[in-house]
Amino acid sequence: MTVITPNKNNFVSDVSGTSSVHNQADKSTVFQTKDLNLWYGEDQALKSINLEIYENEVTAIIGPSGCGKSTFIKTLNRMVELIPVVKVSGDILYREKNILEKSYKVENLRTHVGMVFQKPNPFPKSIYDNIAYGPRIHGIRNKKILDEIVEKSLRGAAIWDEVKDRLHENAYGLSGGQQQRICLARCLAIEPDVILMDEPTSALDPISTLKIEELVQELKKDYSIIIVTHNMQQAARISDKTAFFLNGEVVEFDNTNKIFSNPSDKRTEDYITGRFG
Amino acid sequence: MKYIDAEQVQKKLGSRLVLNNLAKRLFFLATLVGLVVLVILFYRVVTDSIGWIDFDFLTSKLSTDAERAGIMGAISGTFWLMLVVAPITFILGVGTAIYLEEYAKKGRFQAFIQINISNLAGVPSIVFGLLGLTVFVRGLGMGAVVLAGGLTMALLVLPVVVVSAQEAIRAVPQFLRDASYGMGATKWQTIKNVVLPAALPGILTGVILALSRAIGETAPLVVLGIPALLLPLPDGIFDKFTVMPLQIYYWTIDAALVAEYANLAAATIVVLLVLLFLMNSVAIIIRNKFQKRY
Repeated sequence: MTVITPNKNNFVSDVSGTSSVHNQADKSTVFQTKDLNLWYGEDQALKSINLEIYENEVTAIIGPSGCGKSTFIKTLNRMVELIPVVKVSGDILYREKNILEKSYKVENLRTHVGMVFQKPNPFPKSIYDNIAYGPRIHGIRNKKILDEIVEKSLRGAAIWDEVKDRLHENAYGLSGGQQQRICLARCLAIEPDVILMDEPTSALDPISTLKIEELVQELKKDYSIIIVTHNMQQAARISDKTAFFLNGEVVEFDNTNKIFSNPSDKRTEDYITGRFG
Repeated sequence: MKYIDAEQVQKKLGSRLVLNNLAKRLFFLATLVGLVVLVILFYRVVTDSIGWIDFDFLTSKLSTDAERAGIMGAISGTFWLMLVVAPITFILGVGTAIYLEEYAKKGRFQAFIQINISNLAGVPSIVFGLLGLTVFVRGLGMGAVVLAGGLTMALLVLPVVVVSAQEAIRAVPQFLRDASYGMGATKWQTIKNVVLPAALPGILTGVILALSRAIGETAPLVVLGIPALLLPLPDGIFDKFTVMPLQIYYWTIDAALVAEYANLAAATIVVLLVLLFLMNSVAIIIRNKFQKRY
């Protein structure tokens, strides 16, 4: 990946509709992107994104397919680098450090910024080994500590009671909804600061979806959550802030209430009222 | 208007069905040819070997007296050979496959290596024999010992192992790697903890099939100068040795002198075939047991 870091003085900071967001002196910023651009080969997927993500909030990213919303959150933990032809420019500040700097190690970043993927992707290992995977790769070998982490994480993902008697069975024996909560628990086990969720409920049934949504509400007390969703009702239900992406640009970023009741941009209104997308 | 005329369809239906039937029979016949050849081969070999395979045959050393001759030497030679071939092909083959699939940037260099591995798989085995003779037997002065034969055989079957390990690694879904990277794992941690365990059944299948090819190979060992008449059993990788296919080869030639040698050759063929059958069965069992887990 090529990182072009532009002169910090000449980035354009204002995005329409962010005025009411700025009034947040009590909450600290987790992520801040400055003039973030991203190309897949010749195609520009993200165009000058300037966003701020706040601590202990749920930020929803909505927009039609191909608008760059998944690309955007994968840029925040640099998973997007796994695609060979990607080029990024601009700055992404995570806790005031630019994660696009060469010296910033992705392994370190991803320990702070966990991710839950669209399709439940547990390892073909036991439930216990799935949850213990993260702590183990970060060097924790002590069985007692691992046991504690596993229980705490599974409780955090509200699945402890369902699996506590079969921790050593393969995670593939669980239902899709349970698997997704295992993946969430696995993410919690690395004790992240931010949790990225890339359409985490799109492969789940309504009841499993509800469980994940309730969890998100619970988890935001301890974590900052950024969730990509196709489902506008979901964004409205669970998020504090919503960013509407269209063709790689942020059309509008504001409090969720504002976006869904009184959007400033005509395109946002058209999208949330179902006129396109 | 309609383009497809029902009456025309009806009229042509008969000849279409005849052709359909003909195709089925033709392809069945093609399959039958191979099957019949196999059955005849088996029948000849088994009838020739009846009365010759017994415990003594498996545990006796070589002898010019057909009644007393056994293949203990060839069996232990084959065993030692595999002891060299298996770890070398596994380590080099899997290592190459990991590099090509996980580390190498997709580009000209990678494509160049890939094409050459395929080409290497097509090189006649006797050429590998010449390579082994030049490099190992003479160049490094090993002589016609197990190590020289094993290294030669390892090179011979390496492309097969590389390609099958690559396929197994490629079959590991990207979402499993993503899950690992997403938690801050390094590339090596991801390969070691996620990719290799998931790919291992496929890799093992490839290795076993490659070994079963190495067990049956004769030509490169002939070039290396592996002796046919060898009385002492090999005790290690620096000893002289012989293997079953070579034993079969020389007994078949010498059948002109002693007719019973033909029976010994047939008996050895049966032992070799049973061994290959067992190895392939293990490969199939591994494949069936672990496939489609995602």
